Formats: sequence, C-alpha cells, structure tokens
Amino acid sequence: MLGCLLCLVFVSLLPAQTPATYPYNGVYDQRDGHYAFTNANITSAPGQNIASGTLVIKNGKVVSVTNGRNVPAGAVEIDLSGKFVYPAFVEAYGSYGLPEAKSAGKSPDRQPQMLSNKKGAYGWNEALKPEFDAVDHFTVNSKAAGEWRKLGFGTVNSHQMDGIHRGSSVAVSLAESKENSVILANKVAAFLSYSKGKSTQDYPSSRMGSIALLRQTYIDADWYRNQADEKNLSLEAWNELAKLPQFFEVGDWQNLLRAQRIADEFDLEYIYQSGGDEYRRLDAIKATGAALILPLNFPDAYDVSDPYGARLVSLEDLRHWERAPGNPAAVADAGITFALTTHGLKKKSEFMGMLRKAIKAGLSEEAALRALTKTPAKMLGLQEQVGELKKGSQASFLVTSAPVFDKDASILQNWCQGERFELKPLETAALAGTYQLTVDGKSMTLEVKGKAGKEKFKLPGKDEDDKGTDVKHKVSGEFLSLSYQTEGSPGFVRLNGGKTNNGYAGRGQDANGNWVDWSMRKTGEVSDEKKEDKKEKEEDKPARLVSQLTMPLGGYGFATLPASEKILIRNATVWTSEEDGILEETDVMVENGKISAIGKNLPKAGARVIDGAGKHLTAGIIDEHSHIALSSVNEGSQASSAEVRMTDVIDATDVDIYRQLAGGVTTSQLLHGSANPIGGQSAIVKLRWGASPEEMIFDTAPGFIKFALGENVKQSNWGDDYRIRFPQTRMGVEQVFDSYFTRAREYEKAKNAGGKGFRRDLELEALLEILNEERFITCHSYQQGEINMLMGVGERHDFVVNTFTHILEGYKVADKMVEHGAGGSTFSDWWAYKYEVNEAIPFNAALMHEQGVTVAINSDDAEMARRLNQEAGKMVLFGGVSEEEALKFVTLNPAKLMHIDDRVGSIKVGKDADLVVWSDHPLSIYARAENTLVDGKEYYSMEKDKMLRQRIQEERNALIQKSLDAKADGSKTQKPKGKQKRYLHCDSLEHEEGEHDH
Amino acid sequence: MKLKHIYTLTLLLTSLATPSSFMSGRTSLLAQNPTPAPEQSEKIAVSGATLHLGNGQVVENGLVLLEDGKIEYAGSQKDHSPNDYQMIDAAGKHVYPGLIALNTGLGLTEIGAVRSTRDGRETGYLNPHVRTLIAFNTDSQVIPTVRSRGVLLAQSVPQGGRISGKSSIFQLDGWNYEDAVRRTDDGIHLNWPRTVSYSWRERKYSENKDYNKQLNELEAFMLEAKAYCNGEREGDVQLKLAAMCDLLNNDANAYVHVYDAKGIQSAVMLMKEFGIKPVIVGGDESYLVADFLKQEGVSVILGSTQDLPNRADADIDQPFKTPAMLAEAGVSFAISHGGYWEQRNLPFVAGTAVAYGLDYEKAIQALTLDAAKIAGIDQDYGSLENGKSATLIVVGGDLLDMRKSEVEMAFIDGRMIDLDNKQSELYRKFKEKYSRESGR
Repeated sequence: MLGCLLCLVFVSLLPAQTPATYPYNGVYDQRDGHYAFTNANITSAPGQNIASGTLVIKNGKVVSVTNGRNVPAGAVEIDLSGKFVYPAFVEAYGSYGLPEAKSAGKSPDRQPQMLSNKKGAYGWNEALKPEFDAVDHFTVNSKAAGEWRKLGFGTVNSHQMDGIHRGSSVAVSLAESKENSVILANKVAAFLSYSKGKSTQDYPSSRMGSIALLRQTYIDADWYRNQADEKNLSLEAWNELAKLPQFFEVGDWQNLLRAQRIADEFDLEYIYQSGGDEYRRLDAIKATGAALILPLNFPDAYDVSDPYGARLVSLEDLRHWERAPGNPAAVADAGITFALTTHGLKKKSEFMGMLRKAIKAGLSEEAALRALTKTPAKMLGLQEQVGELKKGSQASFLVTSAPVFDKDASILQNWCQGERFELKPLETAALAGTYQLTVDGKSMTLEVKGKAGKEKFKLPGKDEDDKGTDVKHKVSGEFLSLSYQTEGSPGFVRLNGGKTNNGYAGRGQDANGNWVDWSMRKTGEVSDEKKEDKKEKEEDKPARLVSQLTMPLGGYGFATLPASEKILIRNATVWTSEEDGILEETDVMVENGKISAIGKNLPKAGARVIDGAGKHLTAGIIDEHSHIALSSVNEGSQASSAEVRMTDVIDATDVDIYRQLAGGVTTSQLLHGSANPIGGQSAIVKLRWGASPEEMIFDTAPGFIKFALGENVKQSNWGDDYRIRFPQTRMGVEQVFDSYFTRAREYEKAKNAGGKGFRRDLELEALLEILNEERFITCHSYQQGEINMLMGVGERHDFVVNTFTHILEGYKVADKMVEHGAGGSTFSDWWAYKYEVNEAIPFNAALMHEQGVTVAINSDDAEMARRLNQEAGKMVLFGGVSEEEALKFVTLNPAKLMHIDDRVGSIKVGKDADLVVWSDHPLSIYARAENTLVDGKEYYSMEKDKMLRQRIQEERNALIQKSLDAKADGSKTQKPKGKQKRYLHCDSLEHEEGEHDH
Repeated sequence: MKLKHIYTLTLLLTSLATPSSFMSGRTSLLAQNPTPAPEQSEKIAVSGATLHLGNGQVVENGLVLLEDGKIEYAGSQKDHSPNDYQMIDAAGKHVYPGLIALNTGLGLTEIGAVRSTRDGRETGYLNPHVRTLIAFNTDSQVIPTVRSRGVLLAQSVPQGGRISGKSSIFQLDGWNYEDAVRRTDDGIHLNWPRTVSYSWRERKYSENKDYNKQLNELEAFMLEAKAYCNGEREGDVQLKLAAMCDLLNNDANAYVHVYDAKGIQSAVMLMKEFGIKPVIVGGDESYLVADFLKQEGVSVILGSTQDLPNRADADIDQPFKTPAMLAEAGVSFAISHGGYWEQRNLPFVAGTAVAYGLDYEKAIQALTLDAAKIAGIDQDYGSLENGKSATLIVVGGDLLDMRKSEVEMAFIDGRMIDLDNKQSELYRKFKEKYSRESGR
C-alpha cells in the first residue's frame, strides 16, 4: 500500500537537539533549524486564519506568523502552496512515555489487606500516590510517539492512570530527541479518580469509600502542615500538588456531580475527564462551572437483526448510540469549556473518525480545533508554549493537504519542537488516467482511477461479463511496482519501473519468471464519478434524531418532569393514619405540594379532579430499609466505615425508582450494607423520578447511620478467606462499639480543646454526632442477645439506638426496646435463610407493636418494596394487628422512626402531598396504585404508564430500524449487549463497583 | 407502662377468642414438629362453605363429605342432610383443594446459609441419577410453617448442573419420606443452556457463544441414553444413562428450566425429536411464545409473579400479568414461587396474578388441579371431586388475599392436620412472657 510506505517516520536531517550539558562526538553541530513555510493557509489559533502567509521557525520555536511571503535570511523556504498549517493538537489526558503501573507489593492470596504494601514513609492507603511524579518515570518512546503524531498531536500531558490520587503529570512534546529537551514542564497538574487501580489494599472497596478517602485526605493534608510528629511523604506531596490544576476522571454524569460535592465541600476546582454523556444533564453540569475533558467514545451501532438478541439492548443504550456523537456539540452549545481527548477510545486510531462524527453531529470545526489546542493548553497552563502558533511558542504544528477536519484531509507533516516528521509526501502525483501498458512487447489498456495516493489500477475486461483484472500497485518515491494475474495465466506478472515523461518504464518478470521490458504510457483521462460527491454531501448533513431526551435517559424517563398541580381527590376512602382514622367518601385537596384540605364536598376551585369513588387514598409508602437507587452499598473493608455517605452514591437513574412509585412508595432510606458493625451514613430520599441525585434527597431528614450485628459483620458466611478482620464473633462486635464510642468521646474533648494539633476525623465526627443526638442509628440485627448488647452500649455511652432494622427477634425483647426507646423495622415473614434467623417469626411485628414499640415493615429488596402495603397486610393475618395500625407500619411509623413524620407518613393538612390512590383496600393483594404523588406532583399514574409503554415500543422500533440502516450502510456494529442490573442487598459486597456478591 | 399492659391483655383476649391455628390451646412448647395426624377414623362433613373445586368451578353453600381419606361428595349442600358425620360448620368460609407447590426446595434445605443443612445441589454436570426422594427431610421445621398456609403437597426439586436429578412429590405430613411420597421420581430436571451469557469484565449480557455447543452436548447425552435404553444390555450398567430411561419412555416428566423465549422454543423442539413433551419451568418469557406452547400442548410451571421484570424497558408489571397472558392464550400452566420457606406465600403469588387479570378460579386451578396434572398426581389430588383424596383446606376468607387468608383446617388424605408449627409456638411462648409481665 502506498500510504503505509510513506507513513514510515521520516526523521529530519536536523540533528536532534543535544542538551547543552551533554558532550558531543565529532565537530560541534547544533544547527538552528531555521525554516520559512510560505504560501500556506495558516490557522495560527482557533478562529485566526491567514489565507496565504509565512510561518518562520528557528531553534524549535516559532519566530513569526505573517501575511504574505517573508523569507528571512538564512531560512530554508518550504513552499506550502495549497497546504494548510495548524498548531499541533494537545492531549491533556494521556500517559505517553510512562510505564504501566504495578502493585506496590504482593497481596496475601485473597486475604484481606488492611494497610498499604508500599514501603517507606508514605501514606496508609495504597491507592493514593500523590508522590508519583511522572517526570521521574518518563522516557521517549518512538513507536508510541509516532502513533500520536499520526493523529495530529504534538504535545501530551502524561500521567500514570492508576490509583485514586495518581500524582502529577509531565507535559512533553512528541519530538524524539533526548528527554531533557522534549519535556515542556513537569508537575503540570494533579490527577484523581475513583478507581483504586492496582492497589491491592481492601479499603476503599466502594465508590463512597473512594470519596470518603478523598475527603479525609484533604483534611489530613491540611492538618499535616501544622504538625511535626508524623513524617508522611504522601501528604507532603499532596500539599505540594494542591496548587496545580486538579484533573478528576469521573465517568458518567452522576459521577461528575459526585466529585463536585467534594469540590464544593473543600472549595476546590476540578477539571473533569468525563464520560461523554453530559448531554443528559447539561444544566446540572454547567452549574458546576467546571471545565471538561470530553471523550470521543461513541458506541458502534448494535446489530439488532435478531429480534430476540435485540431485546438485550435497552432503549437507554439505543438512545445513547444515537445521541453520543452530538455530545461535544451539546456541551459546546451550553457554553461549557471543554477539551477533547483520545482517552476512552477503544483504539487511538479511531480518533479522527470519531471527531468527524462529532462535527457532523453539530460541533463547529473551530470549536473542535479549540478543544484540541488552545483549551487543553490553557488547562495545563502551557498556553505560552503550545496550542497556538505565535512568537516564542513551540514550533509544533501540522501541515495538512486540506482543512484538517475534512474527510479527505491528510496530515502530511507533523513538526514537533521544530523537528520534522513527514507522514506523507507533500506532493502526491495524481496517477489517474488510461494508460497503454506494454509488457514484453504486448500492449493492453490499463485504467487508473481514484484520487492521488488512493488510486485503483485495473486491466478492464473485454465486455460486460468480463470483470477484468485488478492490478496491485505500490508507489515508492519515483518508482512504481505492479503485479497482476490475468485469467488463464499460469502465474503473476511482476513489474517495477521508474518515472518517465508520461508514465513509468522498467523491467519485470512474466508469469513464467522470464525477465521482460515493460512500460506504461498515459493515453487519456478517466471520467470522475460525480455521483459519489453528491452522496457524500448528503452524508455530511447531521442525521435526524428519532430518540427522545428524557430524564433519566431510560425507557421510563420523563420528557418533561411532572409539575406541581392543584389536585382534588374526590370521594375516596381516606386512610389518614392520624386520629381521624379512616374517613369514608372524603375529599383531599392538594396545593403547592402540600395537603391543603380534607373534608366532604370540597370545592373544586380549579383543581384537577381524581375520582376516588370506590378507591382508597393513603399516605405514600415509606421504606425504612432500601438499597435501590445506589451505585454501591457496602464499604465493608474495615469494622467501621462511619465516614462514608450514601448520599455520595445515589443513582437517580435506577428504573426501580419508577417501579416502586408504581407500588406506592414515595420515600426510602437508602442504607449502607451490613458488612461491618459501623456502616455508613444513610441517604433518605423521596422517589422524585427524573431528578438529579441531589434533588432526590429529603432535605429536612436528619442524619442516619447504619450499624449491623451478627453473622454479616463477623463474616460468618463470607468463606474461609475472611478470618482476619476484627470482629469474628459477637464478643468482638461489642468491643468494636465500645472502642469507637470511647474514642468518639475522647475525640470530642480534643475537638473542644482545639489547638493546632487537632485532626478532624470524619469517622469519629459521625460517631460524635450520634452521641450528640444529631445522627441516628438504624441497626441491622437479628438475635435478642446482640440487640440487648447494643442497647447496653447505648446506655453506657449515653445514646439511644433509634431503630433496629430486620430485628427478627425483636419479639423476644420488645419490652426492653420500649424501655430503651428503640423502634423496630422488620420483615413481615422472612426466616430460615441463615442460622441467626432460625427463630424469626411472622408475628414479630405484632408482638413488638403490642408492647408499644414503633414498628415498621421494610423491604431490603427492590421487588418486595413494590408491594410493601401487602407485606403490612400480612400483619393482620399474623398476630391480628388492626388494619389501620398495619397500614401505619409502612407509612406513619417509618416516618416516625426516620424523624420525618412532621412532613410525611399521614394525611393531614399541611403535610407533604405524598399520596397514593389505590384501586382497592390498600392492604389487599388486589390493590394497585393508580396515582402516586410526591410533593403534589404526579410521578406515576396507570394512565401515564400506558403512554410510556407505547412510547418505549415505538421508539425502540424506530431506533432499531435506524441501527439496521446503519448496518446496511456499512457502519461498524457491535453485538447486542445488556447492562447487568445488580440487585443490592445488605449483604452485597463490591470491589470497585461490584465484582462479585456474597 | 400501665396503658401498654391493658392493651396487651385486650389483644390477648381477642386472639384467644378467634379459632386461630396460631393460638392452639397448647401451653407447653414442643421442640419437635407436630405428630403426623392419624388416619381418618370418622366420617366428616364440611358444610356451608364456598367450595372452590380446583377445576374452575365454584359451589356456594357447599358440602364436602370425607370418608376413609376420600371425598365421598363435594357439591351443593342442597338435598343433602348427612348423618353419622362429624359436622364441621364452615358457613361463610372457603374450601379449596390442598395447594400443590411445584418446583420447591422444601425438605432439602433447612437453613440457607448453613452448608450442612443444604441437600439440594449435587456436584457434577449430568446427574439424572440423583433423587430428592431420599434427601427429603420430613422433620424439617420449615414444612409445618408452609403447611399452615394451605400448601399440602410439594414437589421437591434438585438443582445444579445441566441435568440436576429427579424430583418427587410429597404430602407434607409424614413420618418419613417413604410414607410422605406421593409420586416417586416424577421427573428429571434439566437446566437449559442460557441463550445469553454474562461477562464479568464488561458487566454486560450478550449472546452465549457456547449455546450451540452446550445444546449439542445435551443432545449427545440424550442420544446415548436413548440407545442405551432401547438396547438390552447386560454387564455394563450405566447409572446415568439408565436414569434417563423413564424420561425417554415418557414415564417421567422432562422438567426443563428455561426462561427466555428462544430457549423455550429450542427446548420444545429438541425434546420433540425424542418424542417428549417437556414441562417448561420458570418460563419468564413464555408469554412471547404462548401460541407456540399452546400448539405444541406444552405446559408451564411459571416462576413467581412476585419478581422484577428482567429488562429495564419491560412492562413494569410483566411478571404480575404473565399468568393472565398464558391463560388468555390457552396454555396450561401452574403457578409456583421457588425457594423453601417462601412457599408459605404461594397463595399470594397467585393473588397477584388475579390482581393483574387472571380469573380467580383459574388462579386456584393453577395451584391445584393444573399443578396436579403437570405432576401426574391428578388421579388423586388437585380437585374436590368424588373419589379423589380428601386433601383440602378450610379458610376463613379469601385464601389469596392476606387480609382474610387464615387457614383454619387442613386435611391430607382425610387426616386432619395439626397446623401448629415452631413459629406459632414461639409466638405463644413470648405471648406468655409478656402476659406474665403485665400480670406482675
């Protein structure tokens, strides 16, 4: 192939810049590389264009960019007539020239590793490597540099992509001289991520753990400045890097917002290397004010020709396939500052193709160029050196055959710091035409078609049936070689010849191996096929989108979020869960998100009327124990993870939010798992489907924290590898609590005393909040002994255990719970699944209730939560709880346990209009939620649901047809794939977002 | 505190006044399951109840006569005035055939997380020869809790591998597996290759590339078994191949556990080549191939309705309404729930189907007569019909709705079953604790 030969790196004759301090061999030979590039169309910076100008470079730097032809004395002129010049691209997010990361040490086989394996005076966590200074590890790599240059890059900011704190980067040019010369700057920026990478240490094992670790380290680093007792090279490095730009690789839009929570808390400014799905929540992302580094990882179309296979692909993924290429344009239109990166591409070589897709989908060429030059340069603080061509900047630029983003443009030369790399000859002879080919005296016609450098050679057939013979060719400088085999010939004819006036001539071997003379002589032109051009123009138009942009992007997302309405529910049986009890044929008015009136024959007053005749109205169901809408559940690597916050990992896109609205659920406590005695801080949310994670949070709910007892925390069912972490028995569990609360009290004293040496500890802060009644416990518990134990710990340390959750043996100690003041949130009827639930009974709720415990029924299960009303109904069956009280088990009582009963849990004037209209008696198996309101907004109704289903079907079909069209047009496709929906329970453990369960 | 005690006392009195099975008169605690009930010695007449016959019919104000463990009569009370019968007045109550729980782990697992109590999953890939029959633990403390909710017969099913082994059908009030079993080795359980597989690395589902290979392996094994079972062989008894003969001769069911539409179709087609009509177990996507199943006369043991849709875009109520869709298409099916202790919720699993469009009596049929037919025990069980086994329950109200679902009496083969269980005992024990405290 023509192209391949020429893309061989052509290193300039200029000797590589030798560092001044280096000795040299032979005579002194440091030439100044003085060049003038004339008659070029120069884009010196995005939006700055000279149609015909001169670029002068010397000693690897730009001397001038001027209009017209100006060749200074001593400069070599290179005529770039018809060629285009651009600043070379800048990759802010690369790892060029750096070695692969390695683990700090060997982790004992599958055993928990509590501390870092890294030897030396470094920090405790192996995933934090601020001390990694990329400049110490950088080496020039010709092969890799060549690949980068081919794509048009001249500068890469390299960091080692490993760990949560990845240290600092080095900015280098892609020249191939000594490292001493190509390094433009070191300690350019600091790099963070959520992923602990090669760290074999257990902590953090979850997303919220990574976030908590970052928080605490910000605090520790600050503390470190003012103390002298500890030498910690990691914290020292952390502090040193604090003044640099901070890059954070986040992944999808929700993960971006999670990082922004840290940024807000510590007054930081992150630059996000984001996921490419920002179009889903542009407003929220714009509101962060952060700059972005966008990937170009647009998915291939799905091969959906098998209707069964196609079902694997969700509407969300189909929509993303259609909309992802439009993401850079959307981000640009929103006015967000962004750079583009090759990071995230499956193969780097896809870069230009993907970029063109983004341009076709609406990104302006100027914005694209800016995102590849000036913006990344500025992010790195290298704007004086790279990103534009101006006096004094690095002579790093591209020479292209056409405007750089044109489909047919080729990068001909890539100059790095004045070092020339020729990718293609500046001039490629156009060979198209008809020739007379004469081989050994026999003549025939040879047709050459196609553009310069991309020609196809052919011996045409005699008639329509004869397809002729393809001729393989290779141009090498002034020489051409051909090979072909005509029909009936015993073998290939192979020819090689040099250029002549009107063709080529030389020697070759015929099919029998005899040496022969040959020549080809141009006899005429071939007609260009104009049809193709038209088609291309058609292709350049952005395609019409058939998908909708909904919140969230899944099938059941909303195109427009539900609005607050004035609603009158008429003539329903109203279960107030208040003193009024159950009111027959009663009206309830909803206004401004609140319940505004309850009574008979309320005036309509412009409200939308929901006919409640024959139906039942209850307060929205409240699930005290839920793990839906979370990306992570357990940070189970240590006995206490009080510092982790579930509000950091709310997943507002979980379709189970919608499904549970259809089961009448309106508020849930999203709990940490039960992998350790002291778990993490809860997120209490309203099921505001379509909102952002932040908007789901129940704003007036107090802080909660998950505790756990029994088999899970002592790792009874985790297998034989887990025999190290304390505690391994119930005896140890008590000591964990005693120890932590004792420390929390001491911590309080130190805190009150203040002083420079005081180190704020987020873990102990959370525990101190418990002691100060600012945070409440909900404790996973089963057996009576451990329940009493924890109440004892509470009494010794002067706090109340607010809620025991699961509490399957609560019936045995209900009297003590009442005395202590603990509530119970239990399953209706689960048992027998492990040893500690062997004495669980379905009468548990009834017995606790009879003793005066505030009882709730919870789900801990995405499926069961859809019918919690029925689980409450079972309590009528098991133990004869009255129906009115049974309903409170899933409405008012959990609200009380969560200290939100001033807002939700019952139907009372002034309370939040979180309401459910049921088709039948709300405790009945036959009851279906017909309308579910949160804050007076209708988030679910059977009617709307029907429409959504219709929309899903239609839109899936439209996108599938479009995918099939794309396949038919030759687009690359991928096999149908479906995301794994993980169902998280208390016991769900995860390593980096869930590799396996226990 | 005072108030609480009064409250407790009132509730206690209330519950004692109701004929609750949870509150049997016993004061002492039993460490063991209740003693299996003795043979029926007296003729029994249950009168005045609404009879749900199990075959789709309802009889208001009905009468059931039980004699020698059989149903002597089940129908309208009109024109009947039984003498010499122990009379049970069931006016206002509902009578159903004893429920049949298919595809369960009952008797095989006692405590899920405790390995020593798990006997449902043998190691190995092709295990047609292993039998739940002999592993079924009649002394499982789980069984009485399930029985007290009206489930009187259960299929105990092996798991794991491509071929898991043989199930058997048991009545749930036995001394040992020999007297509890009602159909020995009723079928072999096959786990159909999955058409999609999961990649942990990508965390995504995609087409199972090994599907055809796995299918061929299964077919090859069945062909070997067929050759083995047809030939008269001596001297080289092959237990695995021999175990397949009943299935290949249509003397036992082929229970194919399969969830997706393509897999279902493929299972029916392959089994057809061997002259076998499989029973589809699970069948999440059976609604997509309902007409095909109807045409092939293949029955389905549907997995639980109380499940989540398997795809984000699926109708949110798909598992709830699948039974109604199968009924609409005329496919024969039973409703099941999976698990062991969970079986006590089997009535509610059917209730959910009713809430989402399934005819009520059809739902009962899916727990009784149609389940019996699939399991091959409909000669004796599954409906209230003259001459069949007197295996039935008397319920205070609508069995399928938790509000009124209390099972007050149960008969297995005419024996009046003790509905007490460990959980009721513990209930009484702690009622007693608190009543002592309040009396203090």
